[in-house]
Amino acid sequence: MENFDVIVVGGGPAGLSAAISAARAGMKTCVIERGDYPGTKNVMGGVLYTKATEAVVPEFWQEAPLERPVIEQRYGFLSGDEIVSAAYRDPAWAEPPFNAHTVLRVKFDRWLAKQAEKAGVMIITETVVEDLLYKGDNVVGVRTGRAEGDLGAKVVILAEGVNNFIAKKAGLAPQLRPDKVAVAVKEIIALPQEKIEDRFCLEPGQGATIELFGDSTGGMLGTAFIYTNKDSLSVGVGALLAPLIRTKWTPNDLLEALKAKPFVKRLIQGGETKEYLAHLIPEGGYNAMPKLHRQGVLVVGDTAMLVNGLHREGSNLAMTSGKIAGEVAAQAIKAGDLSDQAMSLYETRLRDSFVVKDLYKYRKTTRFFEDNPHFFHVYPEIMAKAMHLFFTADEVPKKERQKQIMKMLFEKRSKGALISDLFGAWRALK
Amino acid sequence: MKLDDKLYLVRFNTDKLNHIKIADPEVCLKQCQDKPCTRICPAHVYDWDEEEKRISVGYEGCLECGTCRIGCPFGNILWGYPRGGFGVSWKNG
Repeated sequence: MENFDVIVVGGGPAGLSAAISAARAGMKTCVIERGDYPGTKNVMGGVLYTKATEAVVPEFWQEAPLERPVIEQRYGFLSGDEIVSAAYRDPAWAEPPFNAHTVLRVKFDRWLAKQAEKAGVMIITETVVEDLLYKGDNVVGVRTGRAEGDLGAKVVILAEGVNNFIAKKAGLAPQLRPDKVAVAVKEIIALPQEKIEDRFCLEPGQGATIELFGDSTGGMLGTAFIYTNKDSLSVGVGALLAPLIRTKWTPNDLLEALKAKPFVKRLIQGGETKEYLAHLIPEGGYNAMPKLHRQGVLVVGDTAMLVNGLHREGSNLAMTSGKIAGEVAAQAIKAGDLSDQAMSLYETRLRDSFVVKDLYKYRKTTRFFEDNPHFFHVYPEIMAKAMHLFFTADEVPKKERQKQIMKMLFEKRSKGALISDLFGAWRALK
Repeated sequence: MKLDDKLYLVRFNTDKLNHIKIADPEVCLKQCQDKPCTRICPAHVYDWDEEEKRISVGYEGCLECGTCRIGCPFGNILWGYPRGGFGVSWKNG
Protein backbone atom coordinates (compact mmCIF):
# COMPACT_ATOMS: atom_id res chain seq x y z
CA MET A 1 0.00 0.00 0.00
CA GLU A 2 1.38 3.37 -0.99
CA ASN A 3 1.43 5.93 1.81
CA PHE A 4 0.94 9.67 1.68
CA ASP A 5 0.95 12.38 4.29
CA VAL A 6 -2.22 13.91 2.91
CA ILE A 7 -4.86 12.41 0.62
CA VAL A 8 -7.43 14.77 -0.81
CA VAL A 9 -10.70 13.24 -2.05
CA GLY A 10 -11.87 15.27 -5.05
CA GLY A 11 -10.16 17.58 -7.54
CA GLY A 12 -12.26 20.74 -7.44
CA PRO A 13 -11.22 24.19 -6.19
CA ALA A 14 -11.46 23.16 -2.53
CA GLY A 15 -9.52 19.91 -2.94
CA LEU A 16 -6.85 21.33 -5.23
CA SER A 17 -6.33 24.34 -2.92
CA ALA A 18 -5.97 21.97 0.02
CA ALA A 19 -3.46 19.84 -1.89
CA ILE A 20 -1.43 22.85 -3.01
CA SER A 21 -1.14 24.25 0.51
CA ALA A 22 -0.27 20.84 1.99
CA ALA A 23 2.37 20.16 -0.67
CA ARG A 24 3.90 23.61 -0.25
CA ALA A 25 4.26 22.82 3.44
CA GLY A 26 6.35 19.81 2.44
CA MET A 27 3.70 17.11 2.66
CA LYS A 28 3.62 14.12 0.32
CA THR A 29 0.17 14.78 -1.11
CA CYS A 30 -2.18 13.19 -3.59
CA VAL A 31 -5.57 14.12 -4.99
CA ILE A 32 -7.94 11.36 -6.00
CA GLU A 33 -10.29 12.43 -8.77
CA ARG A 34 -13.01 10.32 -10.38
CA GLY A 35 -12.98 12.13 -13.76
CA ASP A 36 -10.55 11.74 -16.67
CA TYR A 37 -8.77 14.78 -15.22
CA PRO A 38 -9.80 17.37 -12.62
CA GLY A 39 -12.57 19.46 -14.17
CA THR A 40 -14.49 16.98 -16.29
CA LYS A 41 -17.01 16.31 -13.52
CA ASN A 42 -17.15 19.85 -12.18
CA VAL A 43 -19.80 22.52 -12.70
CA MET A 44 -20.54 25.95 -11.31
CA GLY A 45 -22.21 29.14 -12.58
CA GLY A 46 -19.28 30.20 -12.62
CA VAL A 47 -17.73 33.14 -10.91
CA LEU A 48 -14.21 32.80 -9.52
CA TYR A 49 -13.16 35.33 -6.89
CA THR A 50 -9.74 36.92 -7.18
CA LYS A 51 -8.75 37.30 -3.54
CA ALA A 52 -9.34 33.67 -2.54
CA THR A 53 -7.72 32.35 -5.73
CA GLU A 54 -4.70 34.59 -5.40
CA ALA A 55 -4.11 33.25 -1.90
CA VAL A 56 -3.63 29.81 -3.48
CA VAL A 57 -1.85 30.79 -6.71
CA PRO A 58 -0.36 34.32 -6.59
CA GLU A 59 -1.01 36.34 -9.76
CA PHE A 60 -2.98 33.46 -11.24
CA TRP A 61 -4.54 35.83 -13.79
CA GLN A 62 -1.26 35.98 -15.70
CA GLU A 63 -1.74 32.47 -17.03
CA ALA A 64 -4.95 30.84 -15.76
CA PRO A 65 -7.65 30.12 -18.37
CA LEU A 66 -10.13 32.79 -17.29
CA GLU A 67 -13.09 33.96 -19.34
CA ARG A 68 -13.73 37.63 -18.50
CA PRO A 69 -13.10 39.93 -15.51
CA VAL A 70 -16.48 40.95 -14.08
CA ILE A 71 -16.91 44.72 -14.19
CA GLU A 72 -20.68 44.83 -13.84
CA GLN A 73 -23.02 42.93 -11.55
CA ARG A 74 -26.74 43.29 -12.15
CA TYR A 75 -29.59 42.13 -9.95
CA GLY A 76 -33.00 41.91 -11.57
CA PHE A 77 -36.52 41.04 -10.44
CA LEU A 78 -38.71 39.46 -13.10
CA SER A 79 -42.49 39.74 -13.09
CA GLY A 80 -44.12 38.34 -16.21
CA ASP A 81 -42.50 40.15 -19.12
CA GLU A 82 -41.42 43.04 -16.90
CA ILE A 83 -38.11 43.48 -15.12
CA VAL A 84 -36.86 45.85 -12.45
CA SER A 85 -33.11 45.81 -12.26
CA ALA A 86 -30.15 47.60 -10.80
CA ALA A 87 -26.49 47.22 -11.60
CA TYR A 88 -23.14 48.33 -10.32
CA ARG A 89 -20.28 48.83 -12.75
CA ASP A 90 -16.64 49.67 -12.16
CA PRO A 91 -14.30 49.42 -15.18
CA ALA A 92 -11.39 49.32 -12.72
CA TRP A 93 -12.40 45.73 -12.02
CA ALA A 94 -11.07 44.84 -15.47
CA GLU A 95 -7.54 45.42 -14.19
CA PRO A 96 -5.48 43.89 -11.39
CA PRO A 97 -6.21 43.42 -8.54
CA PHE A 98 -9.65 42.58 -10.07
CA ASN A 99 -12.60 41.31 -8.02
CA ALA A 100 -13.89 38.27 -9.89
CA HIS A 101 -13.69 36.49 -13.23
CA THR A 102 -16.08 34.23 -15.05
CA VAL A 103 -14.57 30.80 -15.69
CA LEU A 104 -15.44 27.49 -17.27
CA ARG A 105 -14.55 24.82 -14.78
CA VAL A 106 -13.28 22.12 -17.13
CA LYS A 107 -10.50 24.45 -18.28
CA PHE A 108 -9.89 26.20 -14.99
CA ASP A 109 -9.79 23.13 -12.75
CA ARG A 110 -7.47 21.37 -15.15
CA TRP A 111 -5.13 24.35 -14.96
CA LEU A 112 -5.36 24.48 -11.16
CA ALA A 113 -4.50 20.76 -11.06
CA LYS A 114 -1.38 21.53 -13.13
CA GLN A 115 -0.39 24.10 -10.49
CA ALA A 116 -0.89 21.42 -7.86
CA GLU A 117 1.36 19.06 -9.82
CA LYS A 118 4.00 21.78 -10.04
CA ALA A 119 3.83 22.03 -6.25
CA GLY A 120 4.55 18.31 -6.06
CA VAL A 121 1.02 16.92 -5.75
CA MET A 122 0.29 13.56 -7.34
CA ILE A 123 -3.07 13.49 -9.13
CA ILE A 124 -4.71 10.09 -9.42
CA THR A 125 -7.55 10.22 -11.95
CA GLU A 126 -10.45 7.97 -12.97
CA THR A 127 -10.63 6.70 -9.42
CA VAL A 128 -13.61 6.78 -7.08
CA VAL A 129 -12.96 6.78 -3.33
CA GLU A 130 -15.36 4.35 -1.68
CA ASP A 131 -14.60 4.70 1.99
CA LEU A 132 -12.09 5.73 4.59
CA LEU A 133 -9.67 3.12 5.92
CA TYR A 134 -9.60 2.67 9.66
CA LYS A 135 -7.17 1.09 12.09
CA GLY A 136 -9.19 0.81 15.26
CA ASP A 137 -10.84 4.22 15.52
CA ASN A 138 -8.13 5.99 13.60
CA VAL A 139 -8.42 6.96 9.96
CA VAL A 140 -5.35 5.70 8.13
CA GLY A 141 -6.20 6.20 4.47
CA VAL A 142 -8.84 5.59 1.81
CA ARG A 143 -10.26 2.65 -0.09
CA THR A 144 -10.73 3.27 -3.80
CA GLY A 145 -12.71 1.45 -6.44
CA ARG A 146 -9.56 0.05 -8.02
CA ALA A 147 -8.23 -3.44 -7.40
CA GLU A 148 -5.71 -3.27 -4.56
CA GLY A 149 -6.72 0.36 -4.40
CA ASP A 150 -6.05 1.10 -0.73
CA LEU A 151 -3.92 4.17 -0.10
CA GLY A 152 -2.50 5.19 3.25
CA ALA A 153 -2.63 8.74 4.62
CA LYS A 154 -2.01 10.54 7.87
CA VAL A 155 -4.73 13.05 7.07
CA VAL A 156 -7.62 12.69 4.60
CA ILE A 157 -9.26 15.89 3.35
CA LEU A 158 -12.81 15.38 2.07
CA ALA A 159 -13.43 17.65 -0.91
CA GLU A 160 -15.87 15.28 -2.60
CA GLY A 161 -18.37 17.97 -3.48
CA VAL A 162 -22.02 18.36 -2.54
CA ASN A 163 -22.70 14.63 -2.78
CA ASN A 164 -21.08 13.84 0.53
CA PHE A 165 -20.86 10.04 0.32
CA ILE A 166 -17.68 9.64 2.34
CA ALA A 167 -18.46 12.33 4.91
CA LYS A 168 -21.83 10.65 5.48
CA LYS A 169 -20.30 7.17 5.78
CA ALA A 170 -17.82 8.55 8.29
CA GLY A 171 -20.68 9.87 10.41
CA LEU A 172 -19.63 13.48 9.87
CA ALA A 173 -22.56 14.60 7.71
CA PRO A 174 -26.25 13.68 7.77
CA GLN A 175 -28.23 12.61 4.71
CA LEU A 176 -28.94 15.71 2.62
CA ARG A 177 -32.59 16.81 2.50
CA PRO A 178 -34.57 18.59 -0.25
CA ASP A 179 -34.64 21.84 1.76
CA LYS A 180 -30.84 21.89 1.93
CA VAL A 181 -29.90 21.72 -1.76
CA ALA A 182 -30.77 23.62 -4.91
CA VAL A 183 -30.91 21.94 -8.30
CA ALA A 184 -29.22 24.06 -10.93
CA VAL A 185 -29.13 23.58 -14.70
CA LYS A 186 -27.35 25.73 -17.21
CA GLU A 187 -26.53 26.00 -20.87
CA ILE A 188 -23.37 27.18 -22.50
CA ILE A 189 -24.61 29.31 -25.38
CA ALA A 190 -22.01 30.27 -27.97
CA LEU A 191 -22.05 33.86 -29.24
CA PRO A 192 -19.38 35.88 -31.07
CA GLN A 193 -17.30 38.09 -28.77
CA GLU A 194 -18.43 41.35 -30.41
CA LYS A 195 -22.08 40.41 -29.93
CA ILE A 196 -21.51 39.72 -26.24
CA GLU A 197 -19.69 43.03 -25.82
CA ASP A 198 -22.39 44.96 -27.68
CA ARG A 199 -25.29 43.36 -25.83
CA PHE A 200 -23.75 43.85 -22.41
CA CYS A 201 -22.13 47.23 -23.24
CA LEU A 202 -18.62 45.98 -22.55
CA GLU A 203 -15.19 46.95 -23.78
CA PRO A 204 -13.35 44.06 -25.45
CA GLY A 205 -12.53 41.40 -22.89
CA GLN A 206 -14.68 42.80 -20.09
CA GLY A 207 -17.39 40.71 -18.44
CA ALA A 208 -20.74 41.11 -16.71
CA THR A 209 -23.01 39.02 -14.54
CA ILE A 210 -26.77 39.12 -14.10
CA GLU A 211 -28.73 37.42 -11.32
CA LEU A 212 -32.49 37.26 -11.73
CA PHE A 213 -35.07 36.66 -9.01
CA GLY A 214 -38.83 36.18 -9.03
CA ASP A 215 -40.46 34.77 -12.14
CA SER A 216 -37.05 33.52 -13.25
CA THR A 217 -37.58 30.62 -10.86
CA GLY A 218 -41.36 30.42 -11.14
CA GLY A 219 -41.45 32.30 -7.83
CA MET A 220 -39.48 29.57 -6.07
CA LEU A 221 -36.57 30.22 -3.77
CA GLY A 222 -33.64 30.39 -6.14
CA THR A 223 -32.00 32.49 -8.81
CA ALA A 224 -31.35 32.53 -12.49
CA PHE A 225 -28.08 33.83 -13.88
CA ILE A 226 -26.45 34.99 -17.07
CA TYR A 227 -22.66 35.24 -17.11
CA THR A 228 -20.50 36.38 -20.00
CA ASN A 229 -17.67 34.08 -21.05
CA LYS A 230 -15.16 34.84 -23.82
CA ASP A 231 -17.30 33.60 -26.67
CA SER A 232 -20.29 32.13 -24.88
CA LEU A 233 -22.85 32.88 -22.20
CA SER A 234 -23.52 30.71 -19.16
CA VAL A 235 -27.29 30.84 -18.73
CA GLY A 236 -28.78 28.90 -15.87
CA VAL A 237 -31.35 28.61 -13.16
CA GLY A 238 -31.29 27.04 -9.74
CA ALA A 239 -34.16 26.39 -7.35
CA LEU A 240 -34.35 24.77 -3.95
CA LEU A 241 -35.30 21.11 -4.37
CA ALA A 242 -38.16 21.15 -1.84
CA PRO A 243 -40.30 23.72 -3.71
CA LEU A 244 -39.24 22.19 -7.03
CA ILE A 245 -40.84 18.93 -5.93
CA ARG A 246 -43.98 20.73 -4.69
CA THR A 247 -44.53 22.93 -7.72
CA LYS A 248 -43.91 20.10 -10.22
CA TRP A 249 -41.59 22.16 -12.40
CA THR A 250 -38.87 20.27 -14.23
CA PRO A 251 -35.42 21.92 -14.21
CA ASN A 252 -35.30 22.08 -18.00
CA ASP A 253 -38.76 23.69 -18.22
CA LEU A 254 -37.60 26.35 -15.76
CA LEU A 255 -34.57 27.02 -17.92
CA GLU A 256 -36.64 27.18 -21.10
CA ALA A 257 -39.14 29.56 -19.41
CA LEU A 258 -36.22 31.77 -18.41
CA LYS A 259 -34.82 31.79 -21.94
CA ALA A 260 -38.23 32.81 -23.28
CA LYS A 261 -38.44 35.92 -21.05
CA PRO A 262 -38.13 39.01 -23.29
CA PHE A 263 -35.19 40.39 -21.30
CA VAL A 264 -33.25 37.12 -21.58
CA LYS A 265 -34.32 36.22 -25.09
CA ARG A 266 -32.75 39.33 -26.54
CA LEU A 267 -29.44 38.67 -24.80
CA ILE A 268 -29.09 35.09 -26.04
CA GLN A 269 -30.65 35.59 -29.47
CA GLY A 270 -28.84 33.82 -32.29
CA GLY A 271 -26.65 31.91 -29.86
CA GLU A 272 -26.02 28.22 -30.25
CA THR A 273 -26.36 25.93 -27.25
CA LYS A 274 -23.14 23.93 -26.87
CA GLU A 275 -23.73 22.08 -23.63
CA TYR A 276 -26.45 21.41 -21.04
CA LEU A 277 -25.25 20.88 -17.49
CA ALA A 278 -26.71 20.07 -14.10
CA HIS A 279 -25.42 20.31 -10.56
CA LEU A 280 -26.57 20.51 -6.96
CA ILE A 281 -25.75 23.51 -4.81
CA PRO A 282 -25.54 23.07 -1.03
CA GLU A 283 -27.87 25.74 0.39
CA GLY A 284 -28.28 24.58 3.97
CA GLY A 285 -25.91 27.23 5.27
CA TYR A 286 -24.55 27.51 8.78
CA ASN A 287 -27.11 25.29 10.49
CA ALA A 288 -26.54 22.45 8.03
CA MET A 289 -22.75 22.41 8.21
CA PRO A 290 -21.49 18.89 8.93
CA LYS A 291 -18.85 18.12 11.51
CA LEU A 292 -15.78 19.72 9.95
CA HIS A 293 -13.16 17.45 11.47
CA ARG A 294 -12.39 14.28 13.31
CA GLN A 295 -9.16 12.45 14.05
CA GLY A 296 -7.24 12.41 10.76
CA VAL A 297 -10.03 13.97 8.66
CA LEU A 298 -10.98 17.49 7.52
CA VAL A 299 -14.08 18.48 5.51
CA VAL A 300 -13.93 21.34 2.99
CA GLY A 301 -15.85 23.14 0.23
CA ASP A 302 -19.30 22.00 -0.89
CA THR A 303 -19.01 18.88 1.28
CA ALA A 304 -18.87 21.25 4.27
CA MET A 305 -21.91 23.27 2.93
CA LEU A 306 -19.70 26.30 2.44
CA VAL A 307 -21.88 28.28 0.04
CA ASN A 308 -23.21 31.79 0.54
CA GLY A 309 -26.22 31.63 -1.76
CA LEU A 310 -27.39 35.18 -1.27
CA HIS A 311 -24.09 36.54 -2.57
CA ARG A 312 -23.67 33.59 -4.98
CA GLU A 313 -20.26 32.97 -3.44
CA GLY A 314 -18.99 29.40 -3.28
CA SER A 315 -15.71 28.95 -5.12
CA ASN A 316 -14.01 31.44 -2.79
CA LEU A 317 -15.34 29.75 0.34
CA ALA A 318 -14.20 26.42 -1.13
CA MET A 319 -10.68 27.61 -1.91
CA THR A 320 -10.23 29.38 1.42
CA SER A 321 -11.42 26.34 3.36
CA GLY A 322 -9.15 24.09 1.29
CA LYS A 323 -6.12 26.27 1.83
CA ILE A 324 -6.67 26.38 5.60
CA ALA A 325 -7.28 22.61 5.72
CA GLY A 326 -4.04 21.89 3.86
CA GLU A 327 -2.12 24.11 6.25
CA VAL A 328 -3.70 22.60 9.36
CA ALA A 329 -3.08 19.07 8.07
CA ALA A 330 0.60 19.85 7.49
CA GLN A 331 0.94 21.46 10.89
CA ALA A 332 -0.66 18.48 12.63
CA ILE A 333 1.47 15.98 10.74
CA LYS A 334 4.66 17.89 11.55
CA ALA A 335 3.66 18.00 15.22
CA GLY A 336 2.85 14.28 15.12
CA ASP A 337 -0.61 14.90 16.55
CA LEU A 338 -3.51 13.82 14.35
CA SER A 339 -6.11 13.84 17.12
CA ASP A 340 -9.52 15.42 16.73
CA GLN A 341 -8.27 18.16 19.03
CA ALA A 342 -5.39 18.95 16.66
CA MET A 343 -7.72 18.86 13.66
CA SER A 344 -10.12 21.28 15.37
CA LEU A 345 -7.67 24.10 14.63
CA TYR A 346 -9.16 23.97 11.12
CA GLU A 347 -12.62 24.77 12.43
CA THR A 348 -11.26 27.53 14.68
CA ARG A 349 -9.48 29.15 11.76
CA LEU A 350 -12.51 28.75 9.48
CA ARG A 351 -14.74 30.36 12.09
CA ASP A 352 -12.31 33.25 12.38
CA SER A 353 -12.45 33.78 8.60
CA PHE A 354 -15.17 35.31 6.42
CA VAL A 355 -16.23 31.78 5.44
CA VAL A 356 -18.12 30.80 8.58
CA LYS A 357 -18.74 34.40 9.65
CA ASP A 358 -20.76 34.97 6.47
CA LEU A 359 -22.64 31.69 6.78
CA TYR A 360 -23.43 32.60 10.39
CA LYS A 361 -24.70 36.03 9.39
CA TYR A 362 -27.15 34.47 6.94
CA ARG A 363 -27.93 31.40 9.05
CA LYS A 364 -31.67 32.19 9.03
CA THR A 365 -31.97 33.36 5.44
CA THR A 366 -32.73 30.19 3.47
CA ARG A 367 -35.24 29.03 6.05
CA PHE A 368 -36.90 32.45 6.20
CA PHE A 369 -37.38 32.72 2.45
CA GLU A 370 -38.52 29.11 2.22
CA ASP A 371 -41.13 29.76 4.91
CA ASN A 372 -42.14 33.02 3.20
CA PRO A 373 -42.28 32.08 -0.48
CA HIS A 374 -44.33 35.18 -1.33
CA PHE A 375 -41.10 37.21 -1.29
CA PHE A 376 -40.19 35.61 -4.58
CA HIS A 377 -43.42 36.38 -6.41
CA VAL A 378 -45.37 39.11 -4.58
CA TYR A 379 -42.52 41.57 -4.22
CA PRO A 380 -41.17 41.31 -7.79
CA GLU A 381 -44.76 41.95 -8.95
CA ILE A 382 -45.18 44.92 -6.59
CA MET A 383 -41.86 46.38 -7.71
CA ALA A 384 -42.73 46.00 -11.39
CA LYS A 385 -46.19 47.53 -10.93
CA ALA A 386 -44.81 50.41 -8.88
CA MET A 387 -42.15 51.20 -11.46
CA HIS A 388 -44.71 50.90 -14.25
CA LEU A 389 -46.91 53.48 -12.56
CA PHE A 390 -43.94 55.67 -11.64
CA PHE A 391 -42.67 55.89 -15.21
CA THR A 392 -46.03 56.16 -16.95
CA ALA A 393 -46.58 59.67 -18.33
CA ASP A 394 -50.34 59.98 -18.84
CA GLU A 395 -51.25 63.38 -17.43
CA VAL A 396 -52.10 61.95 -14.02
CA PRO A 397 -50.63 64.41 -11.52
CA LYS A 398 -47.66 62.92 -9.66
CA LYS A 399 -49.26 63.34 -6.26
CA GLU A 400 -52.20 61.24 -7.39
CA ARG A 401 -49.82 58.76 -8.99
CA GLN A 402 -48.04 58.36 -5.68
CA LYS A 403 -51.38 57.57 -4.06
CA GLN A 404 -52.09 54.98 -6.77
CA ILE A 405 -48.77 53.31 -6.08
CA MET A 406 -49.46 53.15 -2.34
CA LYS A 407 -52.98 51.85 -2.98
CA MET A 408 -51.62 49.12 -5.26
CA LEU A 409 -49.04 48.22 -2.64
CA PHE A 410 -51.62 47.83 0.13
CA GLU A 411 -53.90 45.82 -2.16
CA LYS A 412 -51.10 43.35 -2.77
CA ARG A 413 -49.94 43.24 0.81
CA SER A 414 -51.68 44.58 3.93
CA LYS A 415 -49.90 47.12 6.11
CA GLY A 416 -49.54 44.53 8.86
CA ALA A 417 -48.07 41.97 6.45
CA LEU A 418 -45.68 44.56 5.02
CA ILE A 419 -44.40 45.44 8.46
CA SER A 420 -44.05 41.80 9.39
CA ASP A 421 -42.23 41.08 6.09
CA LEU A 422 -39.90 43.98 6.63
CA PHE A 423 -39.11 42.96 10.18
CA GLY A 424 -38.75 39.29 9.21
CA ALA A 425 -36.42 40.06 6.31
CA TRP A 426 -34.35 42.37 8.48
CA ARG A 427 -33.97 39.64 11.10
CA ALA A 428 -33.06 37.06 8.46
CA LEU A 429 -30.46 39.28 6.80
CA LYS A 430 -29.04 41.49 9.54
CA MET B 1 -35.12 23.55 -27.06
CA LYS B 2 -36.09 19.98 -26.24
CA LEU B 3 -34.33 18.15 -23.45
CA ASP B 4 -33.40 15.25 -25.73
CA ASP B 5 -31.63 17.64 -28.10
CA LYS B 6 -29.72 19.15 -25.19
CA LEU B 7 -28.66 15.76 -23.85
CA TYR B 8 -27.34 14.96 -27.30
CA LEU B 9 -24.74 17.70 -26.71
CA VAL B 10 -23.41 16.08 -23.55
CA ARG B 11 -20.31 13.90 -23.78
CA PHE B 12 -20.52 10.54 -22.02
CA ASN B 13 -18.17 7.66 -21.55
CA THR B 14 -20.92 5.17 -20.88
CA ASP B 15 -20.22 2.31 -18.52
CA LYS B 16 -21.76 -1.09 -19.12
CA LEU B 17 -22.51 -1.21 -15.42
CA ASN B 18 -25.64 0.58 -14.23
CA HIS B 19 -24.77 2.91 -11.35
CA ILE B 20 -28.42 3.52 -10.37
CA LYS B 21 -30.77 1.07 -8.69
CA ILE B 22 -34.34 1.31 -7.50
CA ALA B 23 -34.14 -0.34 -4.08
CA ASP B 24 -37.69 -1.70 -4.05
CA PRO B 25 -39.89 -1.29 -7.17
CA GLU B 26 -42.94 -2.12 -5.02
CA VAL B 27 -42.45 1.16 -3.16
CA CYS B 28 -42.75 3.12 -6.43
CA LEU B 29 -45.87 1.19 -7.38
CA LYS B 30 -47.71 1.10 -4.09
CA GLN B 31 -46.47 3.91 -1.87
CA CYS B 32 -45.25 6.67 -4.15
CA GLN B 33 -48.14 8.59 -5.71
CA ASP B 34 -46.19 11.68 -6.71
CA LYS B 35 -43.13 10.06 -8.34
CA PRO B 36 -41.04 13.27 -8.18
CA CYS B 37 -38.02 11.47 -9.68
CA THR B 38 -39.78 11.60 -13.05
CA ARG B 39 -39.68 15.44 -12.89
CA ILE B 40 -36.78 16.60 -10.74
CA CYS B 41 -34.01 14.77 -12.58
CA PRO B 42 -32.52 17.38 -14.95
CA ALA B 43 -31.86 14.64 -17.53
CA HIS B 44 -35.20 12.84 -17.17
CA VAL B 45 -33.40 9.59 -16.35
CA TYR B 46 -36.52 8.28 -14.57
CA ASP B 47 -39.77 7.49 -16.29
CA TRP B 48 -42.87 5.65 -15.15
CA ASP B 49 -43.40 2.58 -17.31
CA GLU B 50 -47.15 2.08 -17.20
CA GLU B 51 -47.02 -1.33 -18.89
CA GLU B 52 -44.45 -2.80 -16.58
CA LYS B 53 -45.67 -0.79 -13.56
CA ARG B 54 -42.22 0.29 -12.57
CA ILE B 55 -39.80 3.20 -12.86
CA SER B 56 -37.50 2.74 -15.83
CA VAL B 57 -33.98 4.07 -15.34
CA GLY B 58 -31.98 5.41 -18.29
CA TYR B 59 -28.71 5.57 -16.36
CA GLU B 60 -26.73 6.24 -19.55
CA GLY B 61 -27.97 9.84 -19.61
CA CYS B 62 -27.28 10.59 -15.93
CA LEU B 63 -25.61 13.99 -15.42
CA GLU B 64 -24.40 12.89 -11.95
CA CYS B 65 -25.94 15.75 -10.00
CA GLY B 66 -27.41 13.54 -7.26
CA THR B 67 -30.83 15.23 -7.14
CA CYS B 68 -32.73 11.93 -7.34
CA ARG B 69 -31.07 10.46 -4.27
CA ILE B 70 -32.07 13.46 -2.15
CA GLY B 71 -35.46 14.07 -3.75
CA CYS B 72 -36.90 10.55 -3.59
CA PRO B 73 -39.37 10.77 -0.69
CA PHE B 74 -38.81 7.11 0.16
CA GLY B 75 -35.03 7.04 -0.16
CA ASN B 76 -35.70 4.37 -2.74
CA ILE B 77 -33.11 5.42 -5.31
CA LEU B 78 -29.69 3.94 -4.74
CA TRP B 79 -27.61 6.38 -6.70
CA GLY B 80 -23.82 6.38 -6.63
CA TYR B 81 -21.07 7.59 -8.90
CA PRO B 82 -20.24 5.57 -12.02
CA ARG B 83 -16.92 3.77 -11.86
CA GLY B 84 -13.81 5.95 -12.21
CA GLY B 85 -13.41 7.39 -15.70
CA PHE B 86 -16.98 6.57 -16.74
CA GLY B 87 -20.11 8.68 -16.97
CA VAL B 88 -20.50 12.31 -17.92
CA SER B 89 -17.41 14.19 -19.10
CA TRP B 90 -18.14 17.90 -19.32
CA LYS B 91 -16.71 19.92 -22.17
CA ASN B 92 -17.04 23.32 -20.49
CA GLY B 93 -18.15 22.85 -16.91
